[in-house]
Amino acid sequence: MSNRLGTLPGERWSGDTMKKRVAKRYAAERRFKLLGFSAVALSVLFLAFLLFTMAAKGIGGFSRHDAKLVIDFPRSDLMVDPAALAGPQGQEAVAAAGLENVIGTAAMTTYGPDAAEMFGQAAVTSLGQQLIKDPELLSRRAELWLPVSSDLDVAAKGQGEAASEKLVSTLRERGALKRTYNGDFLSMSDATDPGMVGVWGALKGSFLTILVTMLLAFPIGVLTAVYLEEFARRNRWNDLVEVSINNLAAVPSIIFGLLGLAVFLNVMHLPRSAPLVGGLTLALMTMPVIVIAGRNAIKAVPPSIRDAALGVGASKMQVVFHHVLPLALPGILTGTIIGMARALGETAPLLMIGMRAFIASPPSGIVEPATVLPVQIFLWSDEVDRGFVEKTSAAIIVLLIFMLMMNGLAIYLRNRFERRW
Amino acid sequence: MTLTLALVAVLLIAAAAGYLGRSRARGLRQGSDRLNSLPNYHGLYCFLWAALPALLFLAIWSPLQGQLIEQAVLASPAGQQLPDFDMARDAITSEAYEIATGQRDAGFNPESSALAPVYDQYISRYAGIGGGFAILLALAGAAWGLTRIKASFRARTGVERWLMGLLVAASLIAILTTLGIVLSLLFESLRFFSMVPASEFLFGTQWSPQMAIRADQAGSSGAFGSIPLFWGTIFIGAIIAMIVAIPLGLMSAIYLTQYADPRVRSVLKPVLEILAGVPTVVYGYFAALTVAPAVRDLGLSLGIGSASSESALAAGLVMGIMIIPFVSSMADDSIAAVPQAMLDGSLAMGATRSETIRKVVLPAALPGVVGGVLLAVSRAIGETMIVVMAAGLAANLTANPFDSVTTVTTQIVQLLTGDQEFDSPKTLAAFALGLALFIITLILNLIALTVVRRYREAYE
Repeated sequence: MSNRLGTLPGERWSGDTMKKRVAKRYAAERRFKLLGFSAVALSVLFLAFLLFTMAAKGIGGFSRHDAKLVIDFPRSDLMVDPAALAGPQGQEAVAAAGLENVIGTAAMTTYGPDAAEMFGQAAVTSLGQQLIKDPELLSRRAELWLPVSSDLDVAAKGQGEAASEKLVSTLRERGALKRTYNGDFLSMSDATDPGMVGVWGALKGSFLTILVTMLLAFPIGVLTAVYLEEFARRNRWNDLVEVSINNLAAVPSIIFGLLGLAVFLNVMHLPRSAPLVGGLTLALMTMPVIVIAGRNAIKAVPPSIRDAALGVGASKMQVVFHHVLPLALPGILTGTIIGMARALGETAPLLMIGMRAFIASPPSGIVEPATVLPVQIFLWSDEVDRGFVEKTSAAIIVLLIFMLMMNGLAIYLRNRFERRW
Repeated sequence: MTLTLALVAVLLIAAAAGYLGRSRARGLRQGSDRLNSLPNYHGLYCFLWAALPALLFLAIWSPLQGQLIEQAVLASPAGQQLPDFDMARDAITSEAYEIATGQRDAGFNPESSALAPVYDQYISRYAGIGGGFAILLALAGAAWGLTRIKASFRARTGVERWLMGLLVAASLIAILTTLGIVLSLLFESLRFFSMVPASEFLFGTQWSPQMAIRADQAGSSGAFGSIPLFWGTIFIGAIIAMIVAIPLGLMSAIYLTQYADPRVRSVLKPVLEILAGVPTVVYGYFAALTVAPAVRDLGLSLGIGSASSESALAAGLVMGIMIIPFVSSMADDSIAAVPQAMLDGSLAMGATRSETIRKVVLPAALPGVVGGVLLAVSRAIGETMIVVMAAGLAANLTANPFDSVTTVTTQIVQLLTGDQEFDSPKTLAAFALGLALFIITLILNLIALTVVRRYREAYE
């Protein structure tokens, strides 16, 4: 009676067709799960690849190559008064001494005629500093380590042209080349010679810009959030405020740059390229982010807190400023820091208001011409010189470290202080 | 710089008034009267009355002062000798202004050095008027506040009224910003459309904004047909980037919400968010340096001779990756909003998880996902740095992803950086493009927000 059994439920589910069908469905299930996992894995792999590429390319920007050079100061035609070096005019005395020629001649006598160009401006500066530190050098034959030119540095890191690479191998054979930490990269500003550039000027510009942004966007954003959440009645006017904030949060950043150009520069005549204008523009851009974060944080404070405060006789203002706002502050701060991190990495609006100029000295105030780190990265990425490739990546490393620090701080604040009611 | 001085003076006066008010109210407390408000509120009341009207006046005066100075200088004997031609005159006056305020030492135009003392004179005159008035206002406010201090005076109510005013003023700034964007874009765009017909801008297929420096030069009129730019923008931002971002973002969200262990999820989600936090200039550099050459080599090996090192594919791929976390978090939210009962019902019927997701969860979450995708598109087409660094400048109307196309944002940056004169159609075109971009993103955002809101209401 097997054919009758075949119609029973137990037999139906264990039949061959059904088993095949279930196996197929489970296989589809596994495939789907694998697909989901590979999507996540692909994204994470991409992030790892991006960070790895930047780190691998940029790590070289923090180091440089120094070469040994013997300079016979008494026999060179250098005319410097050792006494002048010690005084306040030391810098000028060194600058006027014509050290380029001395270095060039010494390089040629030591390493042959091909080596005339092996030292760049960085070596001149370095030699000048060494002379000021130790004027005694002038009276003897000195053996010095000086930073090589950018071309040679790139060649020593394995990316250069044939001529430079030949020179590098001769230097290596003689043990006259060593790799050292390039501290100048964090203390110098923009320059035309990739061997001389640093991120300090751009970092300072970024810092001043973000300072202006924060001083404007934080109070305005918090006050707006308080108004919309605690006081605004639902009417057409307040709906307009709400719609414009939600919309501003999604407006492309370059539009804010156009606004800054048209209003702050062309109508108000504020100084071009200044952190003040950059900060104003970025403040308008980050304000909606802070308002939205602030509203969510204020909304999360339970009504019982407000009722209790009102119950013991506090005014509406006192309720908000003495009780609600302090409790909502961690959430607001988290949103603010994330907004600031976004402003720190923003490039496009600042290009619009002229912060892309070549600025060789760090700004000393918010109305001085300045540039910021992301714009500096953009400018260097446009340079043809090979030496700028690793400098660009190194600047990106610095920028990413700052971004990670700010985001880490936001996550820490969220975990440490945010309360679930 | 006198205005800065006035600002400091106003703040000092206000601080002094606040201190005086507080100590006077304390004095009242020593007597038999019971104060209505705490002494601190009396002090704050005096401070606000002294500071806010004067600060408001300074805020209005400082932009106004620039216009007044400019008019006065142009009306002065030295100013009347300047050339009538707008551009040349503006160059001289702005240089003279910079010399007068110490921003630069000498100008390129000899006239500007002569004009600088005139500027100096008017700056100090108007700044004196404005600063003096602000200080008077502060003193008057301080006096008003101080005379009102009495035991029965409700200082707290007064302070709270000021605070309320501050709150309303802060919320106005958002409206003012929106208004500022719309008006400045509209105003400059209208000037552009008075030089270039709107029909050419909207329907033209030729884009070459090169204007001659002199009017009699050959080829002095550029072509301003924006179709190729919008095609490039859509091609990179809405097609290539979305082909990358939608499947990856959606599948990531599904995996993280439906399959992943909570511990794995709590690690992977922030990692995905880092992708969104990387500055766009970094993506741009990565696209230009690493992805673009690889894509070109791929194109050449496929036998596409026109493969460009500034291909649409390279920029679109990297942009898509940047958008992944955005799509993923929007999809995450809408999947999480699907009622658990629907999921449980499907699983109880014997459907596998993937069948439940495909047949139940995704159809239910679709409006939210679509809204999220629209927001992602609006973000992608407004994105600037990736396309500036990795996409080309040639305005091609092509559907070949290995070819180079240009986008609206690239052209805005291109038109507005470098030497610019503010009245040429070339610079004004940037504002017309900006206006178009603003309107498109506005419409996309409004549609997306409405879709998302309706969808949320459906399940609440």
